[in-house]
Amino acid sequence: MERYGIPLEGFLVISTAMFFIGIYGFLVRKNLITMLMSIELILNSVNINFVAFNSYLFPENMQGNFFALIVVAIAAAEASVAIALIINIYRRFSNIEVENIDEMKY
Amino acid sequence: MINFSYTIWILIIPIFMFLLLGLLGMKFKPIISGVLGTIGLGVVMLLSYYAAYQYFFQLPRIDDAYQQILAHNITWLNLSASLQIKMGVFIDPISVMMLVVVSTVSFMVHLYSIGYMKGEKGFQRFFAFLSLFTFSMLGLVVATNIFQMYIFWELVGVSSFLLIGFYYERPSAVAASKKAFIVTRFADLGFLVGILLLSYYTKSFDFLNITGPVGIEVTRNLTQTFLGMSVATWALLLIFMGGAGKSAMFPLHIWLPDAMEGPTPVSALIHAATMVVAGVYLVARLFPLYAFAAPDALTVIAYVGGFTSLFAAVIACTQFDIKRVLAFSTLSQIGYMMLALGVSGYGGEKGLGYMASMFHLFTHAMFKALLFLGAGSIIHAVHSNYMNEMGGLRKYLPITHLTFLIACLTIAGLFPLSGFWSKDEILVAAYEHNKLLFVVEYLVAGLTAFYMFRLYFRVFWNKEPHYHHKPHESPLVMTIPLMFLAVASIFTGFLPFSQMVTSDRLPFESETNLMIAIPSVAIGLVGIFIAFLLYKKDNVLVGKIVTGLGGIYTTIYNKFYIDEVYMFVTKKIIFNLISRPVAWFDRHVVDGFMNGIAGVTVLASRKIKGAQSGQLQHYAFFFVLGAIAFALIFIYLWQ
Amino acid sequence: MTAYKIMFYLFAAMIIVFSILTVTSRRILRAAVFLLFVLISTAGLYFWLDYQFMAGVQLALYAGGIVVLIIFSILLTSHIDQKFSQPHWSKRIMAATAALSGMGLCLLLFLQHTFIHGTNPPIKNDMTAIGTQLLSTEHNGFALPFEVISILLLAAMIAAIIIAKKGK
Repeated sequence: MERYGIPLEGFLVISTAMFFIGIYGFLVRKNLITMLMSIELILNSVNINFVAFNSYLFPENMQGNFFALIVVAIAAAEASVAIALIINIYRRFSNIEVENIDEMKY
Repeated sequence: MINFSYTIWILIIPIFMFLLLGLLGMKFKPIISGVLGTIGLGVVMLLSYYAAYQYFFQLPRIDDAYQQILAHNITWLNLSASLQIKMGVFIDPISVMMLVVVSTVSFMVHLYSIGYMKGEKGFQRFFAFLSLFTFSMLGLVVATNIFQMYIFWELVGVSSFLLIGFYYERPSAVAASKKAFIVTRFADLGFLVGILLLSYYTKSFDFLNITGPVGIEVTRNLTQTFLGMSVATWALLLIFMGGAGKSAMFPLHIWLPDAMEGPTPVSALIHAATMVVAGVYLVARLFPLYAFAAPDALTVIAYVGGFTSLFAAVIACTQFDIKRVLAFSTLSQIGYMMLALGVSGYGGEKGLGYMASMFHLFTHAMFKALLFLGAGSIIHAVHSNYMNEMGGLRKYLPITHLTFLIACLTIAGLFPLSGFWSKDEILVAAYEHNKLLFVVEYLVAGLTAFYMFRLYFRVFWNKEPHYHHKPHESPLVMTIPLMFLAVASIFTGFLPFSQMVTSDRLPFESETNLMIAIPSVAIGLVGIFIAFLLYKKDNVLVGKIVTGLGGIYTTIYNKFYIDEVYMFVTKKIIFNLISRPVAWFDRHVVDGFMNGIAGVTVLASRKIKGAQSGQLQHYAFFFVLGAIAFALIFIYLWQ
Repeated sequence: MTAYKIMFYLFAAMIIVFSILTVTSRRILRAAVFLLFVLISTAGLYFWLDYQFMAGVQLALYAGGIVVLIIFSILLTSHIDQKFSQPHWSKRIMAATAALSGMGLCLLLFLQHTFIHGTNPPIKNDMTAIGTQLLSTEHNGFALPFEVISILLLAAMIAAIIIAKKGK
């Protein structure tokens, strides 16, 4: 089934691409804030999936919609805590490079 | 029927005193704890006397024999229906006699120590240990079974260890206490094996069963042999090994001279009068078994005793430390007792040796305690152990001098002092049994008189050295025990021992054999006379004799190098040939293996640790790879 | 080629291009702005699917809230005109390998899979329906998750304050 000529797979390709771009960013970026942005990308891609599945496969329900809402709320919570941590780290190390934070390795 | 249940208090009072003085002693003034301990022991002594009076004079005899009474016998450990360990109080002639000996000497030593130990550090501790020792010794004496005896035997060893090492700041005292403990423990190993062997076959620990007709019958009919000797002989010889360790028989005697590092009252109590005769008491306790089941073991005992007595007497002639002279004299006298047991038979006239041994044990306890306490009084006065630094003391220490003279005459066996009677009985028993041993003992009697009077003349007569302080007589608390023991030394010889303490508990008549008594007094007098000639004044002859004997003298002076032999055996042979290789094996092979495992683990972890970089992104990378790998596995391989 | 299709491809292109720019841009503030564009495009996709409420939340919370928060913290902790150095090439290759292999696997999986599409008529998911079901305690009601999420948000807020508070 298609909607306006676009199949479900179209959304899935977009979200998958966004997800792994986020993972790539998480792996290569050094700055903590940019890593946080990559995480936001990952979460967002998952949200697209929820909404698309809901719309295409179970149009009579709203579960996917609610799940997406909850993910948004959790993303907000996560971002606020993460930024608090980043600010604290900045105070201690005067920068927010992830490579400097390795004191607890052993 | 006379009830002996009060005898349990003889044990309870000393252990209570030990706990009281040991736990709360530091809260009391020293003198109070001393007096408390002494009063406790005084009560114990009176109880023992009363028990002896009741036992020997009031208790009706059965078929003319003294009864064996179990005043208490409670099950202490109930391991199984056939294996129970009991604790109790056993009353028979020798245990009652030992109660009297131990409590009397212990009381005298307590009283004496109040004066002798005055102002010493650890005064309360000393009295606590004395109480512990007395408790252990009394428990040993009244043991109803051989296992109880073993337990108290070890307790006695522990308290001896504590008291020898009383001056624990002195390295020599620490070494001596360790030596005493290790040597006696080594001997006790034999004792334990012996107990297990014996009890395995007789199926009992109780003395009443083991030494009763059933036990004797079982032991006698044992057919098992090991290395050509019957199991019964082995068991009893191993038990004798334990006794020889405690009684310091050759070759396990090496600890006793060193044990003189302890305070002198301790030497008097433990290493002269009570603990060291525990071995004799042990053999006497099991005597029916020895006599019926293992006469070979008795022969060994006789020769060991005879040899020890000669050996120790010879060494005593050359020593200069007065306590060591007395220590070797103790060895010699215990050798006498062992010999008397060894030559004894069972029952009636044949049991003369047994009676003589117990008799000598009794009299020896009195006069040897007197000698040691006298020596303590001398040391107290001149602050030295060496007779070279003494002389002419009779003017300064009149009471000590007189009592010491009585003790010396007693040990020399002069009529009518107690030593004469008991030694005479031993000589008679030896004469009837074994002429060789009789000759040896006869010689030893002379040597004993010689070395005791050498000591006496050197200390109380001879030339007076220069004293830093004028020696003074000891206080009354110290001289009263001396006087009491002197009186006991004189008169205990008249006790009718053959009517009271015999091998089969039946009284018999013993007669003094003039043919033996007169020569034994004579040789004693000869010994005294020689000592008089050589040591009354400084005599050039002494030096000449010493140089004349040369190497022999040095050998004797160094105690026949027995200690050196032990050191050679333990250090050179056991350490170098056995322990070193074993230690090497342990250190390099066993430990090496274990260390190798640990080392490999450490090495591996050091390598793996590198992966733990602390870089968040490395972890994330591997996490992603891992997730993909798991997805692949679960999707394509798992199916 | 309908307008709907054009819209979809436009949003899809914007999402992918700006996502890549977000993770590769060497100026942090630009990265944040690119992220904002990605989020707005995603909201566009929701509109496209006729999920107006979801799109509104996306715009208000993500674009309006989180991105502003991120920009705020960038201003606190970084120099705006600072250019990041290029990550090491080995690092980039490894990350790209991991990402591409993961993407390949996922695409392979769901492109091979046949989805069973629902045939029921779609329900009206306007504000009223969402609000009713979100606070409903009946079957299919989301009152409990809603409350749990509120508590989580409260906890996160308190935690953020405690962590970021200066000193003691």
